[in-house]
Amino acid sequence: MIVRELELDLDAFEGPFDLLLTLVLKDELDLVELDVAAIVLAFLERLFERDELDLDACGEFLVLISALLELKARGLFPEEAAELAELEPEQAAEELARRLAEYRRMKEAAGWLRERLEVEGDRYFRIGPAPLAPRVEPTLAPHDPARLAAALRVLAIPPPEVSLAHMALRFPPVVQFLERFRLVLKRRSRFDFDQEVGELSRIEQAVAFLALLELRREGEISIEQAAPFAPIRISRSDVEREDSWTLRSA
Amino acid sequence: MDAPLRLIASNPLDQLARTVEALLVVASAPLTAQELAEAAADDPERVEAALGLVGERYREGRSGIVLEHVAGGWAFRASREAAEACARLIEKPAQRNLSQAALETLAIVAYLGPCTRPDVTRIRGVAADSAVASLLERGLISEAGRDEEAGGAIRYRTTPLFERVFGLESLSELPRLDDLGAGVDEIRDRLHAVAEKRTA
Repeated sequence: MIVRELELDLDAFEGPFDLLLTLVLKDELDLVELDVAAIVLAFLERLFERDELDLDACGEFLVLISALLELKARGLFPEEAAELAELEPEQAAEELARRLAEYRRMKEAAGWLRERLEVEGDRYFRIGPAPLAPRVEPTLAPHDPARLAAALRVLAIPPPEVSLAHMALRFPPVVQFLERFRLVLKRRSRFDFDQEVGELSRIEQAVAFLALLELRREGEISIEQAAPFAPIRISRSDVEREDSWTLRSA
Repeated sequence: MDAPLRLIASNPLDQLARTVEALLVVASAPLTAQELAEAAADDPERVEAALGLVGERYREGRSGIVLEHVAGGWAFRASREAAEACARLIEKPAQRNLSQAALETLAIVAYLGPCTRPDVTRIRGVAADSAVASLLERGLISEAGRDEEAGGAIRYRTTPLFERVFGLESLSELPRLDDLGAGVDEIRDRLHAVAEKRTA
């Protein structure tokens, strides 16, 4: 008799013992679902059928089933496993006895309930979903429909449009400043940025600065600033070149 | 021969008894004396007295209808001698084919309820999901809030239907836990004997 080929027909599993062990080890079958006693019964039935004592099979089965039991016990008390391991044998016995007693009592209570069911089995009564008390409808105080209509009319008037005026950041076009600076540079070869835009609004100053960067990118001007926050000086590119040439030639 | 089932109208308590009788006939669940008193617009103590009259007339061996004190209230049921005839007419889905697992789970919920599925699993050593589902479906247990400590697990308790099916006036009619568990001491002694051997 080969234990691993023992055919099982349990609530949670149907198939050979071997497959069951594989599934358990791969965590694909939760041991909590498994009735270990049913496996033992299946084995014993098979043993009886053969009518001879197969010691090898018994030994193998004992090892496997005890391993299964240990796994299951650990699974049932995951957080308590460590605690229990530290208990003295006396304490462990007491704890085990307490749990067995608890289950024994519930098992007997279940037996009592079953007996009770048999004794009370000839009691027939009506069970129905009919509500016991008539539901009290919440009553509303009398109201004038015209008042409701008036209240609704107020809600139906569209609210005044929200003004977005304060959000209007008017950005002047960059081109405006490009042209302006080019005009200035036609008249003068250099100018001071702060002086040129000092009277403009903050937004306009920002756009003017963008125009400055654009001109620099195009290579039309060069920009100098001696130190952070110092005045920004702008000069025509050709002028700067002429200057350096002049200086060098002088 | 027993007196006919006719109450004498001149006695006011008889009149109240007739009202109580009518209320019990239309009710689908046991009614407490308080509920009967409210519906009858009468005094609870007089209702108790009237229930005594009704119970005297509707008792086993005298009537096909029997008054019983069950699930914390009063209700009519069929007399036991009519049980076979009743069985041919209606089924009893609440208690048909209750498995051992379901009965053990029911016992745990009845004694420890409200309790959670993990509580049942801890005591029985087997997952209680299907047993709990079956008992819920039969209406023998119902949900009773959540256990905030145990991660919000649903708690269960037995229903009035449970008490009615098992013919209990209340849960206090269950045998005391201390009286159950014969042989527990023997188990304890044996375990301790093993422990002593190990220590030695």
